[in-house]
Amino acid sequence: MQHGKYRFIVGFLALPLGLYALFVVWPFIQSIYYSFTDWTGLSPEFKMVGFDNYSRMLDDEIFWKSLQHSLLFALLLPVVTISLALFFAFMINVGGRKRKNGPVVSGVRGSSFYKIVYFFPQVLSIAIVALLFAFAYNPDSGAINSILRGIGLDGVQPLWLGDPDLALWAVMAVLVWSTVGFFVVLFSAGMASIPAEMYEAALLDGAGRATTFFRITLPLLWDTVQSGWVYMGILALGAESFAVVQIMTTGPGGPDYSTTVMVLYVYQKAFRDGQAAYATTIGVALLVVTLAFAAVVMRLGRRERLEY
Amino acid sequence: MGSTSAENHGTEGVGRRDLIKRSAALGLISVPTMSFLSACASSGGDDSGDKAKAGKKTAKNPLGVNDTAGMEFVLFDGGFGKEYAEDAVKIYEKDFPKAKVKFSATQKIQSTLQPRFNQGTPPDLIDNSGAEQMDMGVLVGKNQLTDLTPLLDAPSYDDPAKKVRDTLRPGIVEMGQFDGEKVWILYYAYTVYGVWYSQKALDSLDEQYPETWDQMLAVCEKAKKKGMAGWTYAGKYPYYLPFSLYPMIGKVGGREVLDAIDNLEPNAWKHPAVKACFDAYYELYKKGYILKGTPGLDHIQSQTAWAQGKALFIPNGSWVENESANVIPKDFDLAVSAPTGLDTSDKLPFGTIWASGGEPFIVPAKAKNAEGGMEQLRIMLSEASSKNFTSKVKSLTAYNGGTDGIALTPGLKSGVAALDKAGENVVNPRLQDWYVQLQKEKIGVSGLGEMMAGRLTPAEAIKKIQGYADEAAKDDSIKHYKHQ
Repeated sequence: MQHGKYRFIVGFLALPLGLYALFVVWPFIQSIYYSFTDWTGLSPEFKMVGFDNYSRMLDDEIFWKSLQHSLLFALLLPVVTISLALFFAFMINVGGRKRKNGPVVSGVRGSSFYKIVYFFPQVLSIAIVALLFAFAYNPDSGAINSILRGIGLDGVQPLWLGDPDLALWAVMAVLVWSTVGFFVVLFSAGMASIPAEMYEAALLDGAGRATTFFRITLPLLWDTVQSGWVYMGILALGAESFAVVQIMTTGPGGPDYSTTVMVLYVYQKAFRDGQAAYATTIGVALLVVTLAFAAVVMRLGRRERLEY
Repeated sequence: MGSTSAENHGTEGVGRRDLIKRSAALGLISVPTMSFLSACASSGGDDSGDKAKAGKKTAKNPLGVNDTAGMEFVLFDGGFGKEYAEDAVKIYEKDFPKAKVKFSATQKIQSTLQPRFNQGTPPDLIDNSGAEQMDMGVLVGKNQLTDLTPLLDAPSYDDPAKKVRDTLRPGIVEMGQFDGEKVWILYYAYTVYGVWYSQKALDSLDEQYPETWDQMLAVCEKAKKKGMAGWTYAGKYPYYLPFSLYPMIGKVGGREVLDAIDNLEPNAWKHPAVKACFDAYYELYKKGYILKGTPGLDHIQSQTAWAQGKALFIPNGSWVENESANVIPKDFDLAVSAPTGLDTSDKLPFGTIWASGGEPFIVPAKAKNAEGGMEQLRIMLSEASSKNFTSKVKSLTAYNGGTDGIALTPGLKSGVAALDKAGENVVNPRLQDWYVQLQKEKIGVSGLGEMMAGRLTPAEAIKKIQGYADEAAKDDSIKHYKHQ
């Protein structure tokens, strides 16, 4: 029966694995290789310089600042986004008041409408979102300060993106706004597959909303939450944070480097300063940070898998 | 129970799920950080001489362009558009009817051309400009550019008795040099930097453009009483402030002060002239003469507020007339002035202004048809092409003159007048083309920007900037330059 089983598997896996190796693994190896050179990115000539780029990185104040901000993005953004999304998804799917003759488990009134509203930012490109918010944050004529003026708070006119104490938070808020909808939908899908009988049983036992959430919804949704957590963290370390910081903030990189992040620094070194090798070095550091982040979340989140 | 996803939780599903998660994680990181760098990794440039054979040098063809060789020209499609270059390409095609010209315009100079430099197959002529400008220092240092001396020594397009070199505005040739005699870059546009304002607004205050700082403060006070801020600037990109601040430093302390700053000499920023000028600008903030919210505005937003009459003055370059054309009112009467000085004890007279080349054109060393690229530049430096550029995009060119007989817009007219007034007193600080990160992020955003937002005192700002300059002087990963 086992005859030829492995040949069969290998036959099917060879092509995808080959593609994976060529387009994912190989670029990684190449990038790590370039981090040991003095390649400028503007000419094909370079030579090996050993660990020079790495020791330079450790002395680089801006690198440390960008690392700090990236870590803050990776730790804080998933917490805020996922908590909000869980809350919204719970209210939309389960949190409704019991209505006469209605189903036992249902969302708040108008929940299908809310679902669309939450998801809406997701259909906008992050670049457009960032641009829109850059206008909203305009301290002179932007929407936010205009609203503050409108409600009589003339004295409170923050500089938002122009203030080193506020800029990073302002940027993070935009990311939360634009990603929370995706997780609401993701968690809604997860909640839909939780059997209604469990909720009925809990309700019969007299459980309130909070108890239902923490005792039933969250444990049964744990896998989805964990995946979402890793996904959001990587998003916050990578593409999304790059887009908002590059488009919205001063310089870019914020007043006095208050919003600079690692991906942005990689980009600037490679494509502005002609130091591609140093950029790959920071890229390697970012790879390490991202892998460490994923590993920590996976380890901390390990739980017994629930069967239902 | 009615669960629909039981099969995902079976024992067989575990490995697969983890695999998917992990590979998704890996794939995601690879996208933003690394593979995009490797994508442009060197794939082995081939230097085998597939260069076009040189043609015969004649009076009509002094550079010896091969009239059958193709020529490729990549233009930065920015504030000046691409029409002026298309017009010049048509002339090239007329002069060399057998040559095939490939012309393209892009805003993404670096992302399109960096890989081609890496492969050794760059185009023949490039306008290396815009936000994605390739680092000139690196290109020169790695021998990627053609020396343009043959072009400069060739007869000009209009007058065979005159060399191209002799038709250019002062400073253009020097700006194209790095160290030594070779000329790597030809700046085609000519930018006047300074303080831009509406003559009409100034008239409505019954004021002249102030020549001393006391007068400046008086004008701002008068404007404030009328509900108008004195100044605004691109708060998110405070490296626009130097457009009026650096020439002011030069006027107050002399050219040597600016040269010392460019040369990254120790304590260059601690010169009393620098402190005096920083104090003067800081006073604008302290007295509330800066438009509220300015540190949070970008260049477009600040220019718009200024064009709407919310602020009187803005430091900027001559591109502002084209860039803000659709927000500047018809009767605005745009004008530029050399920066206000401190008082009559300044080293240089009022009128000292910053003007220099813009739109750097380069011919790559590995270009197949370098002569063609240079010939295209020679055509663009003719009087007719220069006039065409000026009338189309409201900016001067490197060609000295070429403004007779065309209707100049108010801003351009005032720019020409400011240059006439300046005479010999044109300064050209080089930090912004020699040390991009130092000038923009460190001095600009973290130094001047913080000071003008009131978060640093002038003394603190100078100390911080001097620290950045010293760091840059010590950093051997960047190439250092000195004024010749």
